[in-house]
Amino acid sequence: MRDVAIVSFAQTPSLRRERDKDEVEMLAPLLGEVIERSGIPRKEIGFTVSGSSDYLTGRPFSFVIALDAVGAWPPIEESHVEMDGAFALHEAWVRLQHGDIDVALVYAFGKSSLGSLRDVLVTQLDPYYTAPLWPDAISLAALQARALLDAGLCTEREMAQIAARNRAKARQNPFAQLRGDFDVEALLASPYLVSPLRKHDCPPISDGAAAVVLAAGDRARKAVSRPAWIRGIDHRIEPHSLGVRDLCRSPSTTLAARKAGVLGASVDVAELHAPFSHQEVILRNALDLGPNVDINPSGGALAAHPMMVAGLLRLGEAASRILDGRAKRAVAHATSGPCLQQNLVCLMEGDP
Amino acid sequence: MNERCAVIGIGQTKHTTKRDDLSLAGLVREAALRALADAELSFADIDAVVIGKAPDMFEGVMMPELYLADALGAVGKPMLRVHTAGSVGGSTAIVAANLVRAGVHERVLTVAFEKQSESDAMWALSPKYPFQPPLLAGAGGYFAPLVRAYIRRSGAPLDVGMLVAVKDRQNALKNPYAHLHLPDISLETVKASPMLWDPIRYLETCPSSDGAVAMVLASEAHAAKAPRAPAWVRGTAMRSEPTMFAGRDQVNPRAGIDCAKDLYRQAGITDPRREIDVAEIYVPFSWFEPMWMENLGFSPVNEGWKMTAEGATAMSGDLPVNPSGGVLSTNPIGASGMLRFAEAALQVRGQAGEHQIAGATVALGHAYGGGSQFFSMWIVGSEKP
Repeated sequence: MRDVAIVSFAQTPSLRRERDKDEVEMLAPLLGEVIERSGIPRKEIGFTVSGSSDYLTGRPFSFVIALDAVGAWPPIEESHVEMDGAFALHEAWVRLQHGDIDVALVYAFGKSSLGSLRDVLVTQLDPYYTAPLWPDAISLAALQARALLDAGLCTEREMAQIAARNRAKARQNPFAQLRGDFDVEALLASPYLVSPLRKHDCPPISDGAAAVVLAAGDRARKAVSRPAWIRGIDHRIEPHSLGVRDLCRSPSTTLAARKAGVLGASVDVAELHAPFSHQEVILRNALDLGPNVDINPSGGALAAHPMMVAGLLRLGEAASRILDGRAKRAVAHATSGPCLQQNLVCLMEGDP
Repeated sequence: MNERCAVIGIGQTKHTTKRDDLSLAGLVREAALRALADAELSFADIDAVVIGKAPDMFEGVMMPELYLADALGAVGKPMLRVHTAGSVGGSTAIVAANLVRAGVHERVLTVAFEKQSESDAMWALSPKYPFQPPLLAGAGGYFAPLVRAYIRRSGAPLDVGMLVAVKDRQNALKNPYAHLHLPDISLETVKASPMLWDPIRYLETCPSSDGAVAMVLASEAHAAKAPRAPAWVRGTAMRSEPTMFAGRDQVNPRAGIDCAKDLYRQAGITDPRREIDVAEIYVPFSWFEPMWMENLGFSPVNEGWKMTAEGATAMSGDLPVNPSGGVLSTNPIGASGMLRFAEAALQVRGQAGEHQIAGATVALGHAYGGGSQFFSMWIVGSEKP
């Protein structure tokens, strides 16, 4: 495979409700920032790809108008996935393997606040047998958490500790939405939202956007002093029907990690896309992360969770720690679908 | 690292107004199983699945690939969902081909579908944007002014659109999968049909269809083992431009011109009219045939209508266009682009049945979307590039 690296990353603050800006207004300054930070002139971008969802915006073709933020003139080679931006990044990585272009721009945007998110996500489910029952997103996650507790794989206290730790780390992240010091006993004394999940076990509802510039080989080396090289990237999907899955495990994460060369590799940092506290336990097990790995130094998805963006944020946050020398090797993970149905894993490394 | 890629399996559903005998999963599975059977493979032989469709609102399922993973044998595999407006069927095939050409996967299943009977496409195609008056006129209302501009610029006779409408429906009679089979189609019936969006009459518009199409794309090593002749991918291209800005030429968009140029360069084509044997292009409203003939470089600007009028685009002409019957005869929107790509591949494999163009060795597949702003194209050939 051709060497491809993340050479720059930018994000908007994650907000409970972005009232002032539409998607184009969120993206336009962000794309300018990520391109400027890469040191690569805009005209060198050979491929542009984005991730977003019409169902968040509540109208078809929401990505079409977002193209106004890119400045697609003269016309550009461009694509879009109706998925998290992390999967758009995978498409860009594939495109850069062809060797005829050296630079790609990836972006994602999502305004989760525009509808009732936990209900909107019901429309992701099997439309004949599951969606008509309207099991909302938090209830499905609660089902998974209950399975995990019953199997003895975690406790409600561990879940509260995970929530507290992520939000404490988020104090260092100016873009995070939920941050601060939380007392685990106080968290455990709070009522259930959907048993066994309490409010702190759930992600915030966030509006936000993120962007990444990828560059290949020498172009990446010329652009920045310490590119975040993608050593492996892979994604896998599981059955949709919850009844045929073991909700306590994430075999698709393990498989993607194996394909990406993560299993057995020693990493300093892991950015895990775990919107619900108990999912961090599942992912840690699936990735076989050791005790010395710094998990979610950004605060993770429990601190900021713009839909369609939160996965790309994990890749960007992991890369930024390599770009600035804080980490040597990092793993980033992104998820999509109910109860971690689909998972992407990426191993990144800085030059020694 | 640019591996060769070939189409080794093609399958499609019978397209119709309402496939109420099938669920969404059943619809995509029917096409996928036919493509696998054509390649003499099973789901177990597939490395990755790339699926495309137009807006999720057409069926009311958000990111339906999550639900369709089981039906498409994608479990344990990478699955990617593409959405690039009307060009999506073409873009999806290109994203799938890119996986093979990058050397990431060896055999990729790509599927595109739409089950338009689940909703009202007119509504779903009329998005309301802030600070803009709602159009509420569907795609026809958007494109009719562009057609009028084309007629004014080119001085084309007013019956050219009707000629396309008749030709494509007559071609569709030779395609058992086509949605519309109108044996009585004639200039008189088209002329007698109601005017919907002047100058576009009812019979000059595409139908609203339920349908799916699938292809198996393979590396050179696997193409060599394929039971039937492969269609080699000789070039792919995508281009996008913004919906509107002052001075934008929406009749002959630059994104389409640039996309075709890039495509021909990759395929080593210098004289497309002479070197391409057959073209499957995205013509949802009759007049887009002459418009795209110019945009694709088959004809000088303002003279594309002459190709239609002279019969050059008929099955007996020097550049047959849409022998399958095209979008005018079959339009499951998200699948329409991939149907063009797949029909081009059928032609160079010699598998197009009654609508086969004899001796076709090089074929163009073309799709466009949005406000004539997204383009995806490929050239396939019977000869290994």
